[in-house]
Amino acid sequence: MVEWHRATVEAIHDETATARTLALRVEDWRGQLSGQHLDLRVTAPDGYQASREYSIASGASTDPDALVEVSVEELDDGEVSPYLVRGIEVGDMIEVRGPVGGYFVWKPEQAEPIQLIAGGSGVVPLMSMLRTHAGAGHPTPMRLLYSVRAPEFVFYTEELRRLAEKSAAHVMVDYAFTRQAPQGADRSVGRLSRTEVEMLTVSPELGPTTYVCGPNAFVEQIAGWLVELGHPASRVRTERFGGV
Amino acid sequence: MGIFSPGFTGRRRDANPLLPPGQYEVSNFPVLSAGPTPNINTDNWALSLRAANGDLKAWNWQTLLEQPIEQFTVDLHCVTRWSQFGMGWRGVSLDHLLEGIDTSAEFAMASCYGGYTTNVRTSDLVGGKAWIAFEFDGKPLAPDHGGPARLLIPHLYLWKSAKWVNNITLMDHHEFGFWETYGYHDLGDPWKEERYS
Repeated sequence: MVEWHRATVEAIHDETATARTLALRVEDWRGQLSGQHLDLRVTAPDGYQASREYSIASGASTDPDALVEVSVEELDDGEVSPYLVRGIEVGDMIEVRGPVGGYFVWKPEQAEPIQLIAGGSGVVPLMSMLRTHAGAGHPTPMRLLYSVRAPEFVFYTEELRRLAEKSAAHVMVDYAFTRQAPQGADRSVGRLSRTEVEMLTVSPELGPTTYVCGPNAFVEQIAGWLVELGHPASRVRTERFGGV
Repeated sequence: MGIFSPGFTGRRRDANPLLPPGQYEVSNFPVLSAGPTPNINTDNWALSLRAANGDLKAWNWQTLLEQPIEQFTVDLHCVTRWSQFGMGWRGVSLDHLLEGIDTSAEFAMASCYGGYTTNVRTSDLVGGKAWIAFEFDGKPLAPDHGGPARLLIPHLYLWKSAKWVNNITLMDHHEFGFWETYGYHDLGDPWKEERYS
């Protein structure tokens, strides 16, 4: 049975203007695989509780003392996310349960090239994979194609830049800005096109596994194109945001 | 446990007695699935039911539509915590499709175009509790919601309602389906909050 664990917020930083990353110290945590998520539960002073699922941003770990990071974007109609993004403070306690899920995960024993495709905050579980990949000094290529509204909404900006610089041979990061691009960008703003997906992802001949995470319309479109481009459906794993 | 978050007030949506524990209400029918959406042409569609003794019944799109079609309104509950109320569907009852098949086997496995599987108890399929549904909200069921036809078992978490279903096999032995092997609950009753094993 997956039990609830007490967790203390050890550190917080702003990820973007609308998202924060919380580093949690979780009692009796057994670590996680890259791409797994957790249930997070907050309790109001009168006992009212609400839980939501959040992807884990930390890399794979078996260290029970390692901090567990989640990056939360505030949703307009959210009940829990506004509190996590604007309310909760270092030292506060919550509860978490997990890790959950074992399909949308990347394990270092996978030898095939990996393509990651993120829409907005869908980058979180993919960041976990990139961190695990970097931590292992993994030799296989791992590429990220990251569709996001504008530069100020990019999660993990500096870390992604460093990862791509440091292991340029293996790690590539491409951005597709949908509303506003950085100055001097050579791509005009707009949604990813099928041609771009074809050009900017590991081709099916190389036998990659592709992980797509984001809002449903995004995932639906991209995953459909990948299959049309020759990727076997079984090698395209998706995780879609549901609900609010 | 005595853990309280002073700044958290919440919305008290759980006050709705129709909401199973831990769920909140939505009205937009979110989509969740583990891979690309299979696009199944109704010309190529087929559904089979296999009893534990090997007896087989099968339908193509035309012969499915010749079965008695029911219109029904149900509430759906997803393990990711959304619930949606009063959803209008059309489909064929599993009670009808299972007529003439020995349903004494305890276990059942639903299999789908795209490779997804999920296990349920045979008792969850009979007694007016399950349908093969092909129309939602007055329109043919969209591919991303499992169209052209999906299993619908509203009294269980929605991952048990296999999208793109093409076979249901009754079995004398127990097996896990796709999500069940990844730690999701064997039974999946939202009212008992059976999310994880």
